[in-house]
Amino acid sequence: MSNALLEVDSLHVEVDDKPILKGLGIAVQAGEVHAVMGPNGAGKSTLANVLAGRPGYAVTSGAMIFDGVDLADRLPEERALLGLFLAFQYPVEIPGLSNMEFLKAAIDARAKHAGLDEPSAADFIKRAREAAGRVGLSADFLRRGVNEGFSGGEKKRNEILQMLLLQPRLAVLDETDSGLDIDALQVVAAGINAFRSANNAVLLVTHYQRLLNYVVPDRVHVLADGRIVRSGDHTLAEQLEQKGYGWLAS
Amino acid sequence: MAESAEINALVEREYAAGFVTDIAAETLPPGLDEGVVRAISAKKGEPEWMTEWRLDAYRRWRKMRPPRWAHVRFPDIDYQAISYYSAPTGDKPKSLDEVDPELLRTYEKLGIPLHERAKLAGVEGADESAPVAVDAVFDSVSIATTFKEELRDAGVVFCSIAEAIREHPELVRRYLGSVVPKPDNFYAALNSAVFSDGSFVYIPKHTRCPMELSTYFRINAANTGQFERTLIIADAGSYVSYLEGCTAPMRDDNQLHAAVVELVALEDAQIKYSTVQNWYPGDEQGRGGIYNFVTKRGACLGARSKISWTQVETGSAITWKYPSVVLRGDESVGEFHSVALTRNRQQADTGTKMIHIGRGTKSTIVSKGISAGRSQNSYRGLVRMNHGAAGARNHTQCDSLLIGDHCGAHTFPYIESKLPSATIEHEATTSKVSDEQLFLCQQRGIDAEKAVAMIVNGFCKDVFRTLPMEFAVEAAQLLEVSLEGAVG
Repeated sequence: MSNALLEVDSLHVEVDDKPILKGLGIAVQAGEVHAVMGPNGAGKSTLANVLAGRPGYAVTSGAMIFDGVDLADRLPEERALLGLFLAFQYPVEIPGLSNMEFLKAAIDARAKHAGLDEPSAADFIKRAREAAGRVGLSADFLRRGVNEGFSGGEKKRNEILQMLLLQPRLAVLDETDSGLDIDALQVVAAGINAFRSANNAVLLVTHYQRLLNYVVPDRVHVLADGRIVRSGDHTLAEQLEQKGYGWLAS
Repeated sequence: MAESAEINALVEREYAAGFVTDIAAETLPPGLDEGVVRAISAKKGEPEWMTEWRLDAYRRWRKMRPPRWAHVRFPDIDYQAISYYSAPTGDKPKSLDEVDPELLRTYEKLGIPLHERAKLAGVEGADESAPVAVDAVFDSVSIATTFKEELRDAGVVFCSIAEAIREHPELVRRYLGSVVPKPDNFYAALNSAVFSDGSFVYIPKHTRCPMELSTYFRINAANTGQFERTLIIADAGSYVSYLEGCTAPMRDDNQLHAAVVELVALEDAQIKYSTVQNWYPGDEQGRGGIYNFVTKRGACLGARSKISWTQVETGSAITWKYPSVVLRGDESVGEFHSVALTRNRQQADTGTKMIHIGRGTKSTIVSKGISAGRSQNSYRGLVRMNHGAAGARNHTQCDSLLIGDHCGAHTFPYIESKLPSATIEHEATTSKVSDEQLFLCQQRGIDAEKAVAMIVNGFCKDVFRTLPMEFAVEAAQLLEVSLEGAVG
């Protein structure tokens, strides 16, 4: 466990003074895809958000170590630059700020952090178009405002596009599969599969087993009442699909 | 939540143009009476008709009261405590070589080139920049106007208003006060009595002005009001793009700036007037800052003429300003594009008036108000359709963006239509720079400060698009600078 890419240990988190995570532990190695499943209100999204450092999620005890770095007291942008990526459950719109400018700023921030030159505009545009093509968004969309007037499916594709472009070490996908039709689901799944490599890892937070038909996880965890109550291989997801979560509840 | 406090902290940043130039100046003692009006006129060497014009304005002003309807609060101004004239001593320089180096350094520090070297092409691979002619107004006088020769060759007159009164009296007598009459409002009347300098532009028939014209206003002296007067006349079929910038030192007292700008567009003429207003806004507690009480109006006199106002307002303690267009000529077009950013304790009440008189006249209003800190930001706009304005159309888009929880955004649209067939559209939105938007940017590795600047720039995009290229860059940078420190 010592050289895990992500190691979460006995994590307790409160939101508005209410305990949500109550001693959660999970370890993810590079090269792995983990799925965190569980009923509504179990704390799945809290896990995703607290990892990314969203304000309002207070860690009261426990630790989150990412690539050897303690995430406590790290700003959200610092975590991002360390290589932690969150695909949002409800991507927000930023009217007037084009996707292109937004993505360029994100890429440039990474380059600066790594002490590299910013990519040229031409190089950047080429990469952005390529990534857009892979998630089935037209190049025209890059000129539109960030998520501005996007359908639910387009917003989720845009999250995957950003993941492909930014190439994080760990991608945390918060219910990226929710609200997708079957075509979009397959596009998203293909994006995740293309992203998978020996150097990175994926944490899929999902309510349904559906996405796991296309992205086969190495480990499946069941989160209930703020803790991991069961872990197993991908067959655990199938069991959950058949039996629901009730049989695991204590 | 804690992050709202963070967002509020975003809007505290030093004012970069706040230095004072140490230069000998001749300043009239505070106070205003007929003697002062005559003294100003005499200093300018004005003809008798101009002196009388000023005195008439002064007598009207004495009977007027300041407007109270704006959504701004400030203590009564003691008009006898203000000095109405201040000028660097010495004769007006005849050429740039004679301008006091201290003044040239002032403008250099502000990034305003008072030399006629066009920027060199190809330097650092940059685009070749077109030269811009500058009229620099320091306190009450114009100290230099560049590129006069080149403009004269094109038949364009670009000089200080004082010079125009002497050299082009026929044009000045005909048009001065024709768009903004002396008793139009309290501040306009005051300006008419005591205005000391400003710019004058005349573009002859069928002439496209060969370069951008700009005036840079600098208030330097303490306890002094600045009352500039600008008159731009675009003769039939001509075109001019005019830019205006302004800054002032940081001082604890409020200073009054009451300008009047009049634009006249004859048949088929076009005037594009852009302002980047960055007067000292006062400090975090609201101490000091400029009271920017300005009357700007354009008259589309000729058929198919067009006047566009674009303003980026980031400075001033209080802004009271409504650049307007009177659409007299048939099928004439009026445009108003505005970005007004207020922070700390700033108050802005700004907007426009579009008065449709001619047939088939069209107007467009795009207003973007951004409020941060404890500021108050109001849009106030009037669209009036007169009986004769058959087929007139207006479209108004009025958007407010709030940063933090302690500021206010207000919209006061007035629509007066005597014409059932007129088309008037009004759209308004209010939104907040949300914690969600900020977090999205941060999660992608963009720091909070940069993120807020990007979000605000996105919000203003429709207006920045209408600015001349170099000004658009300046405006975006100014906005970014003004927002620096807004997130902890």
